[in-house]
Amino acid sequence: MTRLLPLSKFQSLVLFSALLLAMPVVVVLSFVFVPSGEVWAHLASTVLSDYITNSLLLMLGVSIGTLLLGVSTAWLTTMCRYPGRGIFEWALLLPMAMPAYIIAYTYTGMLDFAGPVQTLFRDITGLGFGDYWFPQIRSLNGAVLMLTLVLYPYVYLLSRAAFLNQSLCVLDVSRTLGNGPWRTFFSVALPLARPAIIAGLSLALMETLADYGTVQYFGVSTFTTGIFRTWFGMGSAAAAAQLAAGLMVFVFALIVLERYSRRRARYHHTSRRHQDLRRHHLTGGKAWLAFLFSFSVLLFGFLLPAGQLLSWTVSVADEVIDARFLQMLLNSLQLATLAAGLALVLALLMAYGQRLYPGKAIRYAVRVAAMGYAVPGAVIAVGVMIPFAWFDNTLDSWTRETFDYSTGLILSGTLVAVLFAYLCRFLAVALQTVESGLGRITPSMDEAGRSFGYRPLTMLRSVHIPMLQGSLLTALLLVFVDVLKELPATLILRPFNFNTLAVRAYELASDERLAEAAPAALAIVVAGIVPVILLSRTITRSRQTASHLNDATAQDT
Amino acid sequence: MRPLRLLGLFGLSLSLLTAPVLSQAAEEVNLYSARIEALIKPMLDRFTDQTGIQVNLVTGDADELLSRLKNEGRNSPADLLVTTDAGRLYRAKEAGLVQPIESDVLNERIPAAYRDPEGYWFGLSLRARPIMYVKGKVDPASLSTYEDLADPRWDNQICIRSSGNIYNQSLVASMIAANGVDTTEAWAKGLVSNFAQPPRGGDRDQIKAAAAGQCSLAIANTYYLAGMINSDDATEQEAAAKMGVFWPNQDDRGTHVNVSGAAVTKAAKNRDNAIKLIEFLTSAEAQEWYAQVNGEYPVVEGIASSDLLQQWGEFKADPLNMGVLGENNSEALKLMDRAGWQ
Repeated sequence: MTRLLPLSKFQSLVLFSALLLAMPVVVVLSFVFVPSGEVWAHLASTVLSDYITNSLLLMLGVSIGTLLLGVSTAWLTTMCRYPGRGIFEWALLLPMAMPAYIIAYTYTGMLDFAGPVQTLFRDITGLGFGDYWFPQIRSLNGAVLMLTLVLYPYVYLLSRAAFLNQSLCVLDVSRTLGNGPWRTFFSVALPLARPAIIAGLSLALMETLADYGTVQYFGVSTFTTGIFRTWFGMGSAAAAAQLAAGLMVFVFALIVLERYSRRRARYHHTSRRHQDLRRHHLTGGKAWLAFLFSFSVLLFGFLLPAGQLLSWTVSVADEVIDARFLQMLLNSLQLATLAAGLALVLALLMAYGQRLYPGKAIRYAVRVAAMGYAVPGAVIAVGVMIPFAWFDNTLDSWTRETFDYSTGLILSGTLVAVLFAYLCRFLAVALQTVESGLGRITPSMDEAGRSFGYRPLTMLRSVHIPMLQGSLLTALLLVFVDVLKELPATLILRPFNFNTLAVRAYELASDERLAEAAPAALAIVVAGIVPVILLSRTITRSRQTASHLNDATAQDT
Repeated sequence: MRPLRLLGLFGLSLSLLTAPVLSQAAEEVNLYSARIEALIKPMLDRFTDQTGIQVNLVTGDADELLSRLKNEGRNSPADLLVTTDAGRLYRAKEAGLVQPIESDVLNERIPAAYRDPEGYWFGLSLRARPIMYVKGKVDPASLSTYEDLADPRWDNQICIRSSGNIYNQSLVASMIAANGVDTTEAWAKGLVSNFAQPPRGGDRDQIKAAAAGQCSLAIANTYYLAGMINSDDATEQEAAAKMGVFWPNQDDRGTHVNVSGAAVTKAAKNRDNAIKLIEFLTSAEAQEWYAQVNGEYPVVEGIASSDLLQQWGEFKADPLNMGVLGENNSEALKLMDRAGWQ
């Protein structure tokens, strides 16, 4: 058989979808070549160094924070027995349902100089302004804290999945060699789980780079706030794109780091023994320490802010919750479901494409497509708007000239554009999860499949998908929750008279009506809780599934 | 479910999504609004009740709505653009996204400073940005002008939000118009050195910080203070009660004001309905509604503002044409960067 291109149909499909999803990022970056002249010189001489320092510090802080909270809680809930473990196992994921800017608003409401905590403190002590020191919530450190609290679940989730899937043999070997639990953790479990932990961390960091709401509210100048200022305030799309390109350098660095950390190592499990875990039984003080630690993480990441939202909601519920509110809820759920499903299919396609054909073209295309996660939603939205409108208008001009008929806007201002933006933005979430799941399946499975003469899609369907069920559901639910929270792309690309919960919450919060914004924010959180609990159960069960499937395939081969 | 069947299902749902989004109502007008839904929908509903014209609404940040208009070009479905500041209206005009209209009603109702001289855009409500002081701590007689706030005697006493905010950009733009770039930059440096805290949060946060004792002066738009006074939250009410409003520059150009406003898009297909809607938004009913519900000042002269607004007294507003705020915006932003105003 002769082909025009040295690519199979499957390869072309993968390459095409990756390029399509990479389009918005490429469109925005293409502005880099438009000269921005004195605007860039102005930025470089005044604020650029702030942007760089703050973005770096923010990433550093969030890395430390999410690793500390995420890995430690994952290890505790997976490997130890202590009071409340069964609840923490899923509850520790709950902060994920909380949009970062919402948690920032609630904490500011509570901790600011004029907030109830400091007011109470002043009432009790009789001190006034300047008489005492209190940590400033609206600062770089505050932003680190807020982002850590809502982003550690990514690290928790992926490292927990990795710990659960570690073959006990390895841990047993470590123990028979005389290593205690701490030593086993640091010298065996942690290095083995590293790819998953780094995957979780890079998700958290990409979210950090893309965050606009929190840093803007806290008055921290980062690349993101700089892009908005430059683009809109100074009207220079080119200089803004150059800043965005600077942001991309960070993202590339992250990706390279992640790849590098895995460079030679391949972590496939060859053992098929996954017996029930024997958890360390923590007793006495240790048990209480474990409980207190897990509880504080949950308290600050979820219970306190959700409680604040609830109390605001109660105060305004009767005015705000009506039929339109229900419609918004439905819209949010519908969009999140569709986007999650599509992202899953695409992620599977791309991850599998890379596994089958480890060529450079596909790899780079997929990487660029996944960069959208670190790009602020509004920038992606503009990146979607430009090519869609160009397509619509070009088609329209052509039909006007040829058939004297106007097709108008076909894609712009429809939910298709909104969904496409979601896919560009959140593909990385699904991709990371699917890739790390796929990475754990030993290539000998593929070889076995190939020796049966399976074609790629058949093999995907009958070998990989059944083994990946856990990862696939995880990917689905992660994207679902992310889309529920997504704001800027929805806001700017949506059709007439179409509202979502996030839009409502943001509009009111940005007008500084926090109490009125609370019902919609709380609804996002509540709608996110169900998938989050499902997520946790999937992961717990993945252990049984994995061992079950491994046994089954062991018999088959 | 098999993946292929799943895919089919998604295809089907997608095709449902692309179905015509706009029902072809007999009479309609399509609106892109930077005013949030809660602050415009009730008036749009009233308009529909009175005229039978259906209003379709998308809200969003003004700059992004402008991007959308620009990209959609001549096929844009939008007939009318509503923004909450003059700077963006100016940008829309400069970018050729809006068209001039002739309306005797509008020209008669709206004072010349608050509409474009060529009829490209029209102000709908006034948003004043005075100085707010803590009652009992600051003697209002010691206050005079915006310029005076750079004086070292206000060291560590001023709360104002970041320079990323359009209302600060407009304020500085108006000062550039009055005093020139160099004087304004020197002023901005002085002001920054008087900040009680690095700028953070919104206007309400500045008011709260002042009420709590962190600073003695806050610069904020009056409708935020009005919103706090009318809030369900007792702490917000308490904080607002501590604050007095001082109208600066009454002996010279007047207090800085901005407008929310509207412009008919170049691509408008329902031009007449769009004009009708602007006219409705300048009617006594709509003007009073904005004063009552959001504490904004009527742009139309002779309309009574709310009781609350009257309590703060009459003031002389800077008669600078709003278009100048847009012209000077970019210069204002750079100046604030140089002055270290975060």
